Amino acid sequence: MSMNKVKVTIDGVTVSVPASYTILEAARAAGIMIPTLCYMKGINEVGACRVCLVEVVGGRSLAASCVSPVTEGMVVKTNTPRVRATRKSTLEMILSDHNRDCLACIRNGNCELQDLSELYGIRKISFEGAKSPTRYDDLSDSIVRDSSKCILCGRCVAACKKQDVNVLSFINRGFNTAIGPAYDISMADAPCTYCGQCIIACPVGALHEKEDSERVWAAIQDPNKHVVVQVAPAVRAALGEEFGQPIGTRVTGKMFAALRRMGFDKIYDTNFGADLTILEEGTELLNRIKNGGKLPMITSCSPGWIRFAEFYYPEFLDNLSTCKSPHQMEGAIIKSYYAERKGIDPKDIFTVSIMPCTSKKPEATRDEMFNPALGVRDVDAVLTTREIARMIKQTGIDFNKLPDEGPDQDLIGEYTGAAVIFGATGGVMEAALRTVADILEHKDLLDIEYTAVRGVDALIKEAELEIAGIKLRVAVAHSTAAARKLLDAIREGTAPQYHFIEIMGCSGGCVCGGGQPQVHAQVLMDIDLRAERAKALYEEDLLMPERKSHKNADLDALYKDFLGEPNSHLAHELLHTHYQQREIYPDSIMGE
Amino acid sequence: MGSTKTKTHDEQVTLLEQVIAKYQGQGRKALMQVLQEAQAIYGYLPLDVQRTVADGLGVSVAEVYGVITFYSFFSLNPKGAFEVSVCLGTACYVKGSQAILEKIEEELHIKAGECTPDGKFSINACRCIGACGLAPVIMVNEDVYGRLTPDQIPAILAKYKEA
Repeated sequence: MSMNKVKVTIDGVTVSVPASYTILEAARAAGIMIPTLCYMKGINEVGACRVCLVEVVGGRSLAASCVSPVTEGMVVKTNTPRVRATRKSTLEMILSDHNRDCLACIRNGNCELQDLSELYGIRKISFEGAKSPTRYDDLSDSIVRDSSKCILCGRCVAACKKQDVNVLSFINRGFNTAIGPAYDISMADAPCTYCGQCIIACPVGALHEKEDSERVWAAIQDPNKHVVVQVAPAVRAALGEEFGQPIGTRVTGKMFAALRRMGFDKIYDTNFGADLTILEEGTELLNRIKNGGKLPMITSCSPGWIRFAEFYYPEFLDNLSTCKSPHQMEGAIIKSYYAERKGIDPKDIFTVSIMPCTSKKPEATRDEMFNPALGVRDVDAVLTTREIARMIKQTGIDFNKLPDEGPDQDLIGEYTGAAVIFGATGGVMEAALRTVADILEHKDLLDIEYTAVRGVDALIKEAELEIAGIKLRVAVAHSTAAARKLLDAIREGTAPQYHFIEIMGCSGGCVCGGGQPQVHAQVLMDIDLRAERAKALYEEDLLMPERKSHKNADLDALYKDFLGEPNSHLAHELLHTHYQQREIYPDSIMGE
Repeated sequence: MGSTKTKTHDEQVTLLEQVIAKYQGQGRKALMQVLQEAQAIYGYLPLDVQRTVADGLGVSVAEVYGVITFYSFFSLNPKGAFEVSVCLGTACYVKGSQAILEKIEEELHIKAGECTPDGKFSINACRCIGACGLAPVIMVNEDVYGRLTPDQIPAILAKYKEA
């Protein structure tokens, strides 16, 4: 990229910016905010919505600032009567074919279109006429599509493309244009990973998670239900945003305090399940290496990644660790070990997982996540970070004034720093290495920070380590697009012989999962959300008295008193699973 | 159109594979060309053809479907032995071709763009066919019928039903 600088004058302010900048970026550098709607940095830069129009002096027509490069000596005006009037009528036209049921919309108060409507003082919609055909699809357990809200900005299509899943596309033409999978089939039947990046990208309420909060409220209020909640590590790195805290604020203590006040009977951290995962997965890896098992072994914590493999890379299903994901493991332990120790019938326990992820919802409803011996599901409901934030607000809690509390401390309350970093790309790998290295070296190693697998800049990270004379080659991929690249290279034989690979379905890992708070596209121009949120987790890791999963005392007791040892028969029954190839657009979608 | 009827399914599959092989390595860029040639082989672009094209070019079925539904040249449905083209060009439209189209849809129990289950008729709502002096106009394959009113439609279709 050229580092040449050019001088441009925007609304009378002259700035010197890199020649590669767009007018939008240059204006931002000059402290001038140009409104945007279809624009999403690095994802959707197409100039489709015409909301960011500006006047370039000497130009014939108004220019879309998000796609117009700056040139030396350019003079731009962003606030002329012509610009204002054009933006306003553009907004009115978008609103004329938009379901303006804002009060009953999941994005009420958090909608980029609503913000713009307010910003431009839209008081009436001058254009009334036909509405394009709409479709409401809530048949999947994860993603709801409401095309009556869709403004065809294309951000979801671009986000899906960025993931290299490409299940969403523009379909039809002209006024009948819609966004959906082929044949506009339900998301329940589409070859979708449910990563939810489309939801994160959607500026309006056209895409959102299937809500489960009412079911959870009902369980909390049911005196016959013992409701046990667990929270994934990534949630604490973003929940604060829903309460106005700066991005990257760690709210672990307030989060637990809030859950306690909401009336859950028992509050745990999914980090216990993460530590458990490391023991199971680390043991599985060592066994595969020792016994000539299928390598590379690939992590199985990310259900978006699992679905991606089941649809697109079925030949790698034997490479996947058989470990359930941490919250499923923890759910299984709550319904068995915990239930037994507490003398509660597992059927009376209702387990809730608070997750940064939209793919965890359908994961929990998979057939394999049902325990036939006990007649119960590992996890009864999954809530996203956004849903739990809304429920905390409904409880009437002043979140920011809460004291710091921790999870309940009995049986499965303890967790280590290794578990906390599960929420960031490279974290599962690092946590596994901390334990595997200790086991192989028969030592309590002090050098435990594997920085080579940290960070978000490279989508595929590699490291080669030597532990107790064993050469271990590992790789980390985040986003399904990166997974595709890595797996293609392995398939073609151009990749090195890895032993162990961590794959997370979303770029940055769980901290940027599809269930996390949506951040306004304008804010995303200035920060790397993935890095900001990950910092919170690495900070918590440093604060923990124990930073290796096998040092978790509650986990030690669980093995001693209940499971026996990692990968024992009982452990396999409760904590391991299997996968199935899934067909892409089978003929059955056509009906009849 | 007649020639596609004589190809067996296996021949069609082989021909499509040859088309895809011809554009190997070009990926998304070749999508339009491959779809055109695929439609020439099959007469339309059903789901299994879309899947084959998507796999062959390394694009998703949703993208393939998006392109097909964008361009009116591409058809998701087979054409009938008799294709009824209803001109919706300006002159015909002003002279009431919408009512003609609706009458045909009612008579054949299918919508524009669809084909009857027996494969006999399909309806194509088309743009100006250049016979504005005869508006409103329909064509059944190569036969032209002009200055129509909806009540003439059943008799016209009856001729082909018996054919």
